[in-house]
Amino acid sequence: MKRIFLTAAAICALLHARSQAPTDSTGFKSRQLKLEEINLVSSYYTQNGDNAAVTGGIGSEKLTDIANVFDIKLTKYDKRFRKHTFGAEIGIDHYTSASSDMIDLKANSSASHADTRFYPSLNWSVANEKKGTTFTLGASSSTEFDYQSFGANISVAKKTRNKNGEFTAKFQTYLDHVSLVIPVELRTVSNGREHDYPTTPRNTFVESLSYSQIINTKLQVMFLADLVQQKGYLSLPFHRVYFKDLTVHQENLPDSRIKIPLAFRASYFLGDKFVIKTYYRFYKDDWGLVAHTVDIEVPVKITPFLSISPFYRYYTQSGINYFAPYAAHTAQEQYYTSNFDLSKFNSNFYGAGIRIAPPKGIFGQEHFSMIELRYGHYTRTNGLNSDIVSMNLKFK
Amino acid sequence: MVVLSSVMAIVSFTSCASVKEYQKNKLNDAEMTLGNRKIQKTETSFQTYREGASGANGGKDGGGCGCN
Repeated sequence: MKRIFLTAAAICALLHARSQAPTDSTGFKSRQLKLEEINLVSSYYTQNGDNAAVTGGIGSEKLTDIANVFDIKLTKYDKRFRKHTFGAEIGIDHYTSASSDMIDLKANSSASHADTRFYPSLNWSVANEKKGTTFTLGASSSTEFDYQSFGANISVAKKTRNKNGEFTAKFQTYLDHVSLVIPVELRTVSNGREHDYPTTPRNTFVESLSYSQIINTKLQVMFLADLVQQKGYLSLPFHRVYFKDLTVHQENLPDSRIKIPLAFRASYFLGDKFVIKTYYRFYKDDWGLVAHTVDIEVPVKITPFLSISPFYRYYTQSGINYFAPYAAHTAQEQYYTSNFDLSKFNSNFYGAGIRIAPPKGIFGQEHFSMIELRYGHYTRTNGLNSDIVSMNLKFK
Repeated sequence: MVVLSSVMAIVSFTSCASVKEYQKNKLNDAEMTLGNRKIQKTETSFQTYREGASGANGGKDGGGCGCN
């Protein structure tokens, strides 16, 4: 918490120094690089349950995670009055996990009980406001002890002639490597050397299409469709599966997966005080999982600069074909997992957020433009529950 | 699929008025955003890890382990 406030104070000082420069009031689009906004998002997440996949579908799922994401956005106009936007983001998560600690069943607290994930990303977009086109390029990476990911994306967007609709096509890829950290009792002498694990690839390709449309002065909608192809090692090497005869095995899932999520969003301004935001997603994949997600959030504008947003999300999934709980799989099955995240269940997620964005800034600090807090409680019908609290500080 | 088709049909039957820039003050309100806000980043990540479905703007499709 102290670090967050120190970072916030440093950003305020930086922006205060920048504000000493004279501003332009003629409407001329300066070609100088301009700081658009800086965001700091911090979250604390905690969960508990009794179906850890590391111990074959039984055992504690207790986990805590502290996440901090810092991002900065800069803009610049070029000679042809095209708007260039440069974004950079750095994220750091630190988590402790009771289930990872059970990779070694005999350890009271092993090296795997905690880890840190570091995930920077960069993106650049160029928008031709006259033509209504936007072209975007991005790159990202994510590093943790047993997982390395590199991502890239490219997208093209085109507005309709009256600027009320926009079509976007996006292609993303993630080229990942999974370290083969296997349960201690299944290791042989040759793969038992600490911190020297072989890796295996897992690649993801995503084609996304979306179309947003303004219906009238109070209603806008969006349609989204993805086609996701995954290839490579899609199991997790330290997930145990206990067969009926109580022999222990590593989780074994197919090496390809095709996912099709389709979604619809709508935002409606009801009167002068209420906004109704809705989201529905249908999902199907070739592992046999079918899911539906419904989300509604109703921000209430207490004043033009203060809003409170209660929300509710309902999710239901059918479970994959290869799931069975502890000691239920048999040696006749080709693929098997006891990961309850892939089992049949329903979940509820509810909570509220508060957003304050006064015109003169938070605490009268002109550049400290917005503070938002959000809390949510999540329950799953198979016993897992979690809580999350998040904070977003925005500086302009 | 039926629900999604129905929603699409309802919207397509609704005539879309051409809204000018100066009429977009409510549409441009920060609460009207069509998508997840920055503060939802961690919660959508965990939903992706704790549930089998992902994508279509409801959590990313790859690039992280979610191993725990």
